[in-house]
Amino acid sequence: MHMADALLSPGVGTTFWAGSLGVIGYCAKKLRENINEKMIPLMGILAAFIFAAQMINFTIPGTGSSGHIGGGMILVIILGPYAAFIAVASVLTVQCLFFADGGILALGCNIWNMAVYPCFIAYPLIYAPLTKGNKTPGRIMIASILSVVVALEFGALSVVLQTMFSGKTELPFTTFLVLMLPIHFAIAIGEGFITGGFVNYIRVIKPEVLDVVEGSRAFSVKKVLVSIGIVAIITGGMLSWFASTHPDGLEWSIERVYGKAVLPGYETGIIPDLRDIQEKTAILPDYNFPAGKEEKSEGAADSWPAVNAGTSFSGIIGSLMVLGLVFILGFGINAVKSKRRNMVI
Amino acid sequence: MSHHIIDFKNVHFNYPDGTEALKGVTFRITHGESVGIVGANGAGKSTLIFHMNGYLLPTKGAIIIGDVQLGKTTRNEIRKKVGVVFQDPDDQLFMPTVFDDVSFGPLNMGLTKNRVIERVTEALNTVGCYELKDRPPHHLSSGQKRAVSIATVIAMQPDILVMDEPAASLDPRSRRQLIELLKEFKHTKIIASHDLDLILEVCKRCIVIADGKVRADGLTEELLMDEKLLIENSLELPLSLKGR
Amino acid sequence: MPSFDKEYFNLGYLDTLSYKDTFVHRLDPRIKLVTTFIFILFVVSFPKYEILKMLPFFFFPVFILSVGEIPLKFILKKLLIASPFALFVGIFNPFFDTAAMYNFYGIPISGGWVSYLSIIIKFILTVTAALLLVATTSFPGVCLALKKLKVPNVFVVQLLFLYRYMFVLTAETMRIIRARNMRSFGKKGRGMKTLISIIGVLFVRTVERSERIYQAMCSRGFDGEIRLLTSYKIGFVDISFAITAITVFIIFRGYDVTKTLGELITKT
Repeated sequence: MHMADALLSPGVGTTFWAGSLGVIGYCAKKLRENINEKMIPLMGILAAFIFAAQMINFTIPGTGSSGHIGGGMILVIILGPYAAFIAVASVLTVQCLFFADGGILALGCNIWNMAVYPCFIAYPLIYAPLTKGNKTPGRIMIASILSVVVALEFGALSVVLQTMFSGKTELPFTTFLVLMLPIHFAIAIGEGFITGGFVNYIRVIKPEVLDVVEGSRAFSVKKVLVSIGIVAIITGGMLSWFASTHPDGLEWSIERVYGKAVLPGYETGIIPDLRDIQEKTAILPDYNFPAGKEEKSEGAADSWPAVNAGTSFSGIIGSLMVLGLVFILGFGINAVKSKRRNMVI
Repeated sequence: MSHHIIDFKNVHFNYPDGTEALKGVTFRITHGESVGIVGANGAGKSTLIFHMNGYLLPTKGAIIIGDVQLGKTTRNEIRKKVGVVFQDPDDQLFMPTVFDDVSFGPLNMGLTKNRVIERVTEALNTVGCYELKDRPPHHLSSGQKRAVSIATVIAMQPDILVMDEPAASLDPRSRRQLIELLKEFKHTKIIASHDLDLILEVCKRCIVIADGKVRADGLTEELLMDEKLLIENSLELPLSLKGR
Repeated sequence: MPSFDKEYFNLGYLDTLSYKDTFVHRLDPRIKLVTTFIFILFVVSFPKYEILKMLPFFFFPVFILSVGEIPLKFILKKLLIASPFALFVGIFNPFFDTAAMYNFYGIPISGGWVSYLSIIIKFILTVTAALLLVATTSFPGVCLALKKLKVPNVFVVQLLFLYRYMFVLTAETMRIIRARNMRSFGKKGRGMKTLISIIGVLFVRTVERSERIYQAMCSRGFDGEIRLLTSYKIGFVDISFAITAITVFIIFRGYDVTKTLGELITKT
């Protein structure tokens, strides 16, 4: 299920962008260290393969309705976690742009929900241990179904949490969860069956493919766990810092930046103008209240005054600055590296 | 000009699964020649072509291109001399735009930006596709794709041009344009094809291979008139020679 | 037309649009990408009961659509078939938030309906913005913008390959699907087992193709790095476009244009 822009708050959206970009950067680093040249076209074209395979409709047994595959787990099994993450992220990016699945802000969440879990939870913790040294068709099938179920349920849970943190909907947490988890369980069984069937089929008709990329599938479970733990803690931390239901946290952080002018570089350009506008809006604290007061007299607008344009406005500035920082932080190293060359992989 | 010579000396090649694809192939192609390689499916044409720029290395025997013997260390040097145009343009054109694709080779050769742009412009003008430079390959017709594929290779200014089935899936007019284009090239040309009429028009010399061996090597006009030889090797007389 | 064919041609049409030559198409891809992203941030920053102040934001998609010569009908169609998840989740708002918020000539309107409408507007604005970005920027352009914005190279190259081959492979898939549909009757032949063998065949062909691509790359000197010559330059026009657009976003976000206009009109 694709998360959508319209359900997101800027804080949650940019947080998951930061998280997903962080993982992309991490995988890129890993691949750069240890890549087989042959993998470059293979990754790209297998992403195109998943893209095309997703367009095939099939009849879901027992329901008469039709569905299509997601394919994330298939890619991980073939390409290994790092290459598969990059490939799945690229498929989601293309879907976001060409089919408007989700949206550009929600893409960060969608990469997180649909690529992190299969690549860094389900594969290293479930699929790989279960099939290690014992690759019978039955085992592969069971491991595939379990991994897909775990990956999809984590994804569904994340969608619910992201929606809740953003606070644009009224659906209670438990109700939403009760709606989402069973649907995704059913989808996951089908997808898992196809994944297992597919892997077994390939093992019969073209087993050498599964060996071409053997090297790139190498990973240490401990390392993966530690890295993912770190990313999760950072993301979680940012999320709670940002998306706390009362916007004071964000307000406070902006205040600090503005008040102390921590970064003198920001004094030039657009930021001072923004601050002017922000001050003006602050000088007119009740500019959106004429309407609000009338409603109050009708006694129905308890939640209305909580909505303060000034606060959310500073939310944008905050988000933009955080995004800027994310780019500086996440890709500082990359920037130094690629400066040396013109346009190099 | 010794560096335009291709010399195959008793070349053998076995695939890892044990298939003997080449069983002692020997021939010598000299500067400026245009040579057609014909043979049935599975005769070893593609394997032969993969040897010409070192994608595959012989299991036995030697290949000398110019004055360099093909081997693991000389592969890259040889790839600058021998340009290969593969059969399916969708495999040949892997970059997102025509310009990026044609510049791929020159950029890998380490040329400066201006030199690269010059090369790309020249190559695209040669095949008459300059105005397509910003288009993505999937917006091109089959004939245009084929022409651009050739440009990607000639932009590297190879001494020797090798082509695998250049006219496959072309409509008659595009095929005709391609033939006229190929006739203009002064490179040493090696063309593997089932299109015997094309070979007849473009190539003076012809090598017939079957079962991994050279069956005949000589003037195209003579070999392709030899109905007995052709039929023995699962080929037939070119249409233009039928009824003569 | 079978749904697969339809999706395939839709994809191709959007791609074709992106190669037009208009003012918007000529803008630097980085500028368009960043401006669109900021636009979306502004839109989703509106609180959940906000409707009126969001409306001026339609100026942006409308501007791009008209200057970029993108057919409105096509964008509307894409909007209709876009993933309806937001609309699905939002529909619950009216059921849980039933306190009346407005009184519309005696008809009480609950907060839930207001916030649902707000979600719908956000949905339209954000989805349209994303679609218009691809409709007015060639995908390689988007990728180069990402590259210039320091997104890791592996990912950018990956996107370029995906873009190049998604058309080739969807066309190949379409041929396989046609063959399946011609020989399957009713539900038979469209089940999971057939699907597995179809994607299996597709996979094998794909891997073989990747080997041929690799050969073609090697024969042109591929050494593990993909080099591109970029000729994009951010010029005066690009900067002006971004500054104007963002200034307008800020003004519309800070001042209630809708209300001011409304009051102006109501007073006279």
